[in-house]
Amino acid sequence: MKTMMSRFRGLAAAGLFAGAAMVSAAPAMAETIKVGILHSLSGTMAISETTLKDAMLMLIDDINKKGGLLGKQVEPVVVDPASDWPLFAEKARELIEKEKVAVVFGCWTSVSRKSVLPVFEELNGLLFYPVQYEGEESSRNVFYTGAAPNQQAIPAVEYLMSEDGGGAERFALLGTDYVYPRTTNKILRAFLHSRGISDDDILEEYTPFGHSDWQTIVSKVRAFASEGKKTAIVSTINGDANVPFYKELANQGVMAEDLPVVAFSVGEEELAGIDTAPLVGHLAAWNYFMSVETPENEAFIEKWHAFIGDEDRVTNDPMEAHYIGFKMWVQAVNQAGSTDVDAVRQAMYGQTVTALTGNTALMNVNHHLSKPVLIGEVQDDGQFEVVWETDGPVVGDAWSDYIPESAKLTADWTYPWVCGNCEKPMF
Amino acid sequence: MAVRNAIFRLVLVLFAAGACLAPGGGSASEGIDAALVLLAEKSARKRQAGVEALAASGHPAAAPILSAMVDGKLYYRKDDKRLFVVAKRGREFDLFDPVAGEQAGTAPSKSLKKVKVNNRLRRAIRKALAGLNLTHADRGLRLEAAAGLLKSADPGLRPALAAALESEADGDVRAAVELALAAVDIGPDSAPPARIAAAKRLGASESPEARALLGRVVGDAKTDAAVREAARAALQQIEDRLELYRQFGAVFQGISLGSVLLLAAVGLAITFGVMGVINMAHGEMVMVGAYATFVVQELFRTFAPEFFGLSLAVAVPAAFLAAAALGVGLERSVIRWLYGRPLETLLATWGVSLVLRQAVRTIFGPTNREVGSPEWMSGAMELAGGVAITYNRIWIILFSLAVLAAVMAVIRYTAFGLEMRAVTQNRPMANAMGIRSRKVDSMTFALGSGVAGMAGVALSQIDNVSPNLGQAYIVDSFMVIVFGGVGNLWGVLVGAMSLGVVNKFIEPFSGAVLGKIVILVALILFIQRRPQGLFAMRGRAAEL
Repeated sequence: MKTMMSRFRGLAAAGLFAGAAMVSAAPAMAETIKVGILHSLSGTMAISETTLKDAMLMLIDDINKKGGLLGKQVEPVVVDPASDWPLFAEKARELIEKEKVAVVFGCWTSVSRKSVLPVFEELNGLLFYPVQYEGEESSRNVFYTGAAPNQQAIPAVEYLMSEDGGGAERFALLGTDYVYPRTTNKILRAFLHSRGISDDDILEEYTPFGHSDWQTIVSKVRAFASEGKKTAIVSTINGDANVPFYKELANQGVMAEDLPVVAFSVGEEELAGIDTAPLVGHLAAWNYFMSVETPENEAFIEKWHAFIGDEDRVTNDPMEAHYIGFKMWVQAVNQAGSTDVDAVRQAMYGQTVTALTGNTALMNVNHHLSKPVLIGEVQDDGQFEVVWETDGPVVGDAWSDYIPESAKLTADWTYPWVCGNCEKPMF
Repeated sequence: MAVRNAIFRLVLVLFAAGACLAPGGGSASEGIDAALVLLAEKSARKRQAGVEALAASGHPAAAPILSAMVDGKLYYRKDDKRLFVVAKRGREFDLFDPVAGEQAGTAPSKSLKKVKVNNRLRRAIRKALAGLNLTHADRGLRLEAAAGLLKSADPGLRPALAAALESEADGDVRAAVELALAAVDIGPDSAPPARIAAAKRLGASESPEARALLGRVVGDAKTDAAVREAARAALQQIEDRLELYRQFGAVFQGISLGSVLLLAAVGLAITFGVMGVINMAHGEMVMVGAYATFVVQELFRTFAPEFFGLSLAVAVPAAFLAAAALGVGLERSVIRWLYGRPLETLLATWGVSLVLRQAVRTIFGPTNREVGSPEWMSGAMELAGGVAITYNRIWIILFSLAVLAAVMAVIRYTAFGLEMRAVTQNRPMANAMGIRSRKVDSMTFALGSGVAGMAGVALSQIDNVSPNLGQAYIVDSFMVIVFGGVGNLWGVLVGAMSLGVVNKFIEPFSGAVLGKIVILVALILFIQRRPQGLFAMRGRAAEL
């Protein structure tokens, strides 16, 4: 296993230097089912996406050990789009046209997804997208296994407003300046309005990618919070900017019980780079936490540690999304008896998988999952502890009900709708 | 005792509401047992009742148990729900009886479960602890307790605060308790004259909590008009004073941002400013310094955890040497062949920076590495009015000035500095004087890279230690140098500080994204007017 890993790492480096595609050496099998993995292994997003590539390799390795799929071995085809959005589209085309993969698992940022979308639609490919995102999209060729806003952002804010969450009446919405935070905050603002919170009690601030000097913004939020109403911070800060943000919070002595932060892009992996002792009590909303105690999760973590050869590596929500997505795809292929995209798509609807949280995840006709929402608190060991969860699975909503123009749209890819954004059925 | 009874009575009322039974009038030890049972309950509400009962029991063990709970050291055994305070030793925990405090054997971590605390419970615990510590023998704890009660402003604690005020002799603690009392009195349960008096008292304070409390009164339309007026006046009083502190805070933040820019740019001032090499891999030298810090800290963690506080002091020379060695390698292998060809240098060093980033990614992995902050660099000095001056920023400001001074001293007073100036001013003449200019080039580049490495030590304290660390600073560094004037270290200092301060004054109005753009545009216009930067070079070459 180790040698295979190091081969991939070596190839990843080589791939970057040459600027060329990287294709794993295929085992000498007569016929295989190819699965494309489209995650950045270099550039800014490598920090998050490399783990997902490894998780996919583990899942594929696992199924091959159990005898493969439809009697054939599954062959991973790894490419490196290098955190370069246009390159995502090129690599996607290469995977579908040249490599003839049956399905692609990939992308992290919304902008990379938007970049590959036309390619998948043109070539009728199949993409599994594992990351929580801003919604307002439903493509025939994409299955969204991460959370839609109503499966993450809205329950999190509801929790903050509840008695247990501290009864917040004022919200500072902090985000990185790109499509996901801006759309999420637009939905949140509409939601807060519907709960009687006025614009005076909402502070919205955006920062560039990789922002490292948080002094001014943290001071501003502290001043905003000391104007008489219970305040909470909702963070859609993405990637590298989180570490300096939390460090500044800790250094300025912001305590979670006075001014809690709920984050939508901070998981176990992101916390690995920070001393979390001063952050205990800050929150994150996900559909999975590594600390969930179920037999499925225990087995998954054990397998992950064995595969990666490092007991300290963590698991996170997008990994679980890939776990669910891959299992569902395998079930759908078995049911359809083929890897043909149209047949698999039909077979996907209604597929269920026992998620790592022990709940049953269900694929809906809008290409989004039903799964429960968990709120976790940061612990001093860098893990989250679940403090609240929804009563049952929440159906992912592609079009937010809180934005007037999208509330009337329906995503339903079965008869009679067969549409991702229609006001009335197609047939 | 009067204090405790008062709290106790209050908690009994709470209990009735929560439908939980508390032992009425039982002895302290009975009360504590009942409370401990509640702490092991699954429902957060029952645990909160447990916390309040514990505080009300007045048992001497109550405060330590609550501290252990908030620190995540209170566990219960899965079999019999008995509570223990634990000391973690790997997968085996040492158990201590929470009431008696004696060791009660060890147990595997799997057989125990942590008593969960959420933010609501944490607030309840802090309040309970503050109530318990209000009459503590230790002055510091009393002060902390009074400050904590200011935050909660709970009318139920009024008798306790009044009693504490009566028995309190220390002036500072008295003032803090009086403020906490005012925080209670301004609440809607008090009579208007008392509220007006409380508003006046809060108006004289500078704490953010006072501002919050007054703001709440002003914002509440149901309040008596006279009270609202008094609160508004008091709030205005606070705002006027705060304005000054805020300005000061913004200047400090600007200087602190400037010091980061300065650190990142000093090394570049040598390689670019003095040697004229456009080194796009400069940011990666900073990154190498940050990773050197990580490696040094790992060694400390493994071999000498007790001296961890010194790790940064050791990391500074280590980072300097690592980056300098890399700099020599880079100069000898690539840059030497490209002197006088800026375009090729730019492209080649850009390539080198990609190689270095990917190399670090391969060796250390793509994820962030945790670099710890020693005790003396954590936390903040809380100035009046909620303006916080963080210690790590103060240290970084001092460190950046020290680095600048050291570089200046090397250039001005050492033999190497003299040779370096000679070579950059007139290479053929320096050669003729017997200076080995090639060696001086290597050494100069090594110095510039080493200084960048030292910057990495400081940046590891405020930014991610990731392969992308350097990228964020390369553009800013060039900006500082071009603005300050190429080849002049004073220019770097003035350039970095003014960019930092201007940025921090623009940011609150424009937001962080637009602020950066405004600065960039202003800089371009400035360079149009004055291409040589703030401090122009005089003479034929760099003048230092």
